Amino acid sequence: MRDLTINIHHVTRVEGHGNIKVNIKNGVIEELNLEIVESPRFFEAMLRGRRWDEAAHITSRICGICAVGHTTTSLRATEAAFGLEPSEQTVLLRKLIFNGEMMQSHILHFYFLVAPDFFGMGSVIPLASSHPAVVQRALRLKKLANDVCAVVGGRHIHPISMVVNGFTRIPKPSELREMRQHLVDAWPDLQATVDLFSTLSIPDFERQTEYVSLTNTKEYAFYDGVIASGDGGTIPVSGYKDKIKESVVPHSTAKHASATRESYMVGALSRVNNNYEQLLPKAKEAARALGLKVPCYNPFMISIAQLVETIHCLEDSINIIDSLLSKGLKEEDTRVQIRAGTGVGACEVPRGTLYHEYTFDEQGLITAANLIIPTAQNVANIERDFRSIVPTLLDRPKEEIALTLEMLVRAYDPCISCSVHLLNVEFV
Amino acid sequence: MKPKIGIFDFSGCEGCQLTVLSLEDELLDLLGAVEIVNFREAMTERSDDYAIAFVEGTITREGEVERLKGIRERAKILVALGSCAAIGGINCLKNFHNLEEVRHIVYGDKADYFETFAARPLKAVVPVDYAIYGCPIPKQEFLEVAKALLLAKKPNIPNYAVCVECKLAENICVFDKGMTCLGPVTRAGCRAICPTYGNKCEGCRGLVDQPNINSHKEVLRERGLTVEEVLAQFRMFGGCLEGIK
Repeated sequence: MRDLTINIHHVTRVEGHGNIKVNIKNGVIEELNLEIVESPRFFEAMLRGRRWDEAAHITSRICGICAVGHTTTSLRATEAAFGLEPSEQTVLLRKLIFNGEMMQSHILHFYFLVAPDFFGMGSVIPLASSHPAVVQRALRLKKLANDVCAVVGGRHIHPISMVVNGFTRIPKPSELREMRQHLVDAWPDLQATVDLFSTLSIPDFERQTEYVSLTNTKEYAFYDGVIASGDGGTIPVSGYKDKIKESVVPHSTAKHASATRESYMVGALSRVNNNYEQLLPKAKEAARALGLKVPCYNPFMISIAQLVETIHCLEDSINIIDSLLSKGLKEEDTRVQIRAGTGVGACEVPRGTLYHEYTFDEQGLITAANLIIPTAQNVANIERDFRSIVPTLLDRPKEEIALTLEMLVRAYDPCISCSVHLLNVEFV
Repeated sequence: MKPKIGIFDFSGCEGCQLTVLSLEDELLDLLGAVEIVNFREAMTERSDDYAIAFVEGTITREGEVERLKGIRERAKILVALGSCAAIGGINCLKNFHNLEEVRHIVYGDKADYFETFAARPLKAVVPVDYAIYGCPIPKQEFLEVAKALLLAKKPNIPNYAVCVECKLAENICVFDKGMTCLGPVTRAGCRAICPTYGNKCEGCRGLVDQPNINSHKEVLRERGLTVEEVLAQFRMFGGCLEGIK
């Protein structure tokens, strides 16, 4: 029986700092951890005493990659606390910028972080010389997604114009028309992306787990919905603490989360598994071409699910722009009535369900905050996958085992900077 | 030989590194002019041989101090990338709370697993040669600084207020819209993007040299802000700056 020690310090091509530790003695797993070593930043504590209209701009700074997701979820939590229903125009614009971020985050992940593994390279940089057309296409698509965000919010990273109950600047119809044309022009690039990814050999590994995501009767849920589990049942977002249990473990500054089982998955694969029927036609077509059949239990297929969602978001963005242009855009009054209370917001951000909960006093100052981040929900599940896949690899060379584990972590697209900002579920 | 560059991160959101990756139109040219040898967010290969280090993030615990000192020893030029690295940024909000309490709020009775200390900018730990400000950094400013360094020139970092760029952008003054703003004392270079998109300047780029803070505090108070609200505005990104902390 084999002894094996793997120690990967700071896994690369992921957002944030994590280590993989494997220690096997005589074929028996003694230690198999994904250590989250990112420095904790304590946003929940930093929010205390800050004003209601600063929460979105502060929490946006949790993560550069999902800044729009944090901003949107934060605004929704504040609106829930104040009892506000934003206008149809506000909701459409938010869904549009949300699509922009979803596309940019997914494209960054499957082209820049995941694809190099399949070309046997350490990064996208050598790919620029060996496969220039692929890299140029990836950059074009990423730029398009960033531009969608910039038209709506001023910029993708830490958007400017998104505020409680509306926007400080409404895009001009001419900007939206131009953006619509760019989106339409991008179909051939996405088709070429589907063609490329359908040729990659995704590692063959399955482990069924609990798939958790928002779900919504009207559409594929990103912005709004109730919490659904692949194991059955739904609960309203405000009851999230009944569903999710968090615990602190010594080897991770991100807490571990569990629901019905000992771990669960959030993110693109959970969403596709739970809400496949609501994907738009071109996305379903891509899923078929890419061999993604639901339910899918292979975590390496997360990147494929992200590509399917990217296509859905592009189609949806065109529909939203058409709807905005036909209704006509107008300046709206964003003033709000402050009141004391608690509100929960939840959205499907690129890596899964994000929860923000704030409590405000009569002046609109935050007295308590709780944030639950997608990556933190996935960490326990990644470790369960480790335990399932490592015994099947023990006859392989150490380098291959290490690479497979890195690829597995990368498949989940962890956003580690984000994940270390958790608060106890019980308010202190 | 192409100059070797490393990009590093400490406590932060990695949005400034992402801004570098978002230079979609210029990235391939940039890669033609320099050799990136260390960029954990984007590549697997790592090397300790680099001339210029771009460093993102705030220093918030002991282990980070040693790592930053190592980078400083190896790099000929060290550039602070973004507000967290240059001025401390949003992470300094933590410093206005009791740190023991902060740890217990987040990690409960397991707080002792996780060390932390008062957030500080890079220059509180090692000498910093240049800084690119902003939360996040503007793309253009990164390119301008990178170009200057490659030409062995001193980068031109603005030392005038955001108001100058806001006027050039032909925006209606934020104060005239009934809001308040930190533009009059904040270092320009962002092309006043926040007022241009209908919001106020939150001071993410830190202060100009010799800002008239007291006078601006008075202006804000005349506009109806309480002393606490004035301080809160300055502390959002500037909690580690002299004259604010």
